Amino acid sequence: MKEVIRASGIGKKFGETQALKDIFFEVNEGEIFGFIGPDGAGKTTLFRIITTLLNPDEGEMTVLGLNTAGDFRELRKCIGYMPGRFSLYQDLSVEENLNFYATVFGTTVRENYALISDIYSHIEPFRKRLAGKLSGGMKQKLALSCALIHKPKLLVLDEPTTGVDAVSRAEFWEMLKKLRQHDITIVVSTPYMDEAMRCDRVALIQKGQLMLADRPQKIREGFGRKLFAVRAPQKYRLLEALRKYPLTETAYPFGDSVHVTIRNNIFDASLNEHLVRSGIENASITESEAGIEDRFLELMKNRI
Amino acid sequence: MIRQTVISVTNLVKKFGSFVANDNLSFEVYEGEIFGFLGANGAGKTTALRILSGLSEPTSGKVTVAGFDAKKEPERIKRNIGYMCQKFSLYEDLTVRENITLYGGIYGMTKKLILERMANLLSRLSFEEFGDRQISSLPLGLKQKLAFSIAIFHEPRIVFLDEPTGGVDPITRRQFWEMIYETADRGITVFVTTHYMDEAEYCDRISIMNEGRIVALDTPEALKKKYNAGSVEEVFIRIARPKMTEKSML
Repeated sequence: MKEVIRASGIGKKFGETQALKDIFFEVNEGEIFGFIGPDGAGKTTLFRIITTLLNPDEGEMTVLGLNTAGDFRELRKCIGYMPGRFSLYQDLSVEENLNFYATVFGTTVRENYALISDIYSHIEPFRKRLAGKLSGGMKQKLALSCALIHKPKLLVLDEPTTGVDAVSRAEFWEMLKKLRQHDITIVVSTPYMDEAMRCDRVALIQKGQLMLADRPQKIREGFGRKLFAVRAPQKYRLLEALRKYPLTETAYPFGDSVHVTIRNNIFDASLNEHLVRSGIENASITESEAGIEDRFLELMKNRI
Repeated sequence: MIRQTVISVTNLVKKFGSFVANDNLSFEVYEGEIFGFLGANGAGKTTALRILSGLSEPTSGKVTVAGFDAKKEPERIKRNIGYMCQKFSLYEDLTVRENITLYGGIYGMTKKLILERMANLLSRLSFEEFGDRQISSLPLGLKQKLAFSIAIFHEPRIVFLDEPTGGVDPITRRQFWEMIYETADRGITVFVTTHYMDEAEYCDRISIMNEGRIVALDTPEALKKKYNAGSVEEVFIRIARPKMTEKSML
């Protein structure tokens, strides 16, 4: 498989703040590679290095075989970048924005229309509208169209789905999948764990460090414990009671249940008895498959 | 179990010119409940939220919040609710203590009560050492916990949260939801609006809005069962797909 990005020991400091430390990873051609981590984890800094907008203090970033620090002129022609903050011209229309980006990259909308038609067709009926007057989902589609109009080999998307509703988010991921047919490699970041499953591979990033990079399914399977989901209507009391159970190792609220790991991985009648004694009747306890977020919690805990 | 109703909405309509933003909404929210208020962009959530918090008047229909009428007594509603959103909640250039004092003062609390509750709050959050730090110097997770604590500092009947846990790490997020559970357990109603369906999974009940109407309202579990879906996200996508019309973009 051809390598599109290689990060070798990337480090970056801003004053006293270590934004990135010892980052190693590779992204292969045609992959959708996700960076998952909270605000402030270093995702944007890393993306700015990949897109040649920032040089690392340590290590080397190679994109499409070129060094991001030295060969930035050549690289910028091959990279499409959609920054986290909406950065199109709000006082230009949809159409004007798209034409502008095409012109800057020395191409025309017509030449690469096939690449964006799926996405752009959603907003084409509003092509005369000012970009600043579009809804969140529409802005996102326009920004993606503009990032693609020069037919980049690598598309870098910084939190494209933040603040966008679930319907538009689902549509967005469908569009990314379709872009694969055009041999575009995609690097995308998100603070939302549930989006990890939509990537071919994901890297979990926290406090400037890359904790793990693998296929989402592998990451889930790496959860080392048996996981139980406990449900009862009185969630706070349930959580407190579970924390007091002597064999509990971890207990975290997780949607409509509490995810619990128990010493020796087995629960017996004593757990239910304990819950009943704590005033919680009819709790349901089922074994559950660990998700990406469970694994993230496990990794974070081991680091503290 | 009979639960007290703290929000009661009957046939709420809100129009802007000929555009119907809220089309005949009726629902109730109970004391101590964690209620998720969902909908796509432009579905009418913000409009409804502004009415529920006394910032906007209904065109017609009856809305009662914490026992007060949204049309006649919006000022009394404001005193009895708390509000926190992810984007703005605290003054970055004031210290933790200054922020608490400011909000306590705005809600008309006495100095004595403010000091008393502040000591309690800081110790409960293990925040004593941060008391004199500027908000801007705190990590995001601490800011959000503090913002939530301040939103309920005047002991409102209801607290409105707008995407409360967006962007925080999973551990902080869990701690945040524990605070929400604890708050609900004390009898304060927690009304959550969010785009993130995994946040919705934490709620006792959720409503889903589409084009100005409530198209579903039940527990997450019941909705998943009804739509034979594995997650609230699937339910949402199935029933809240907005039409791409001029209107839905406004």
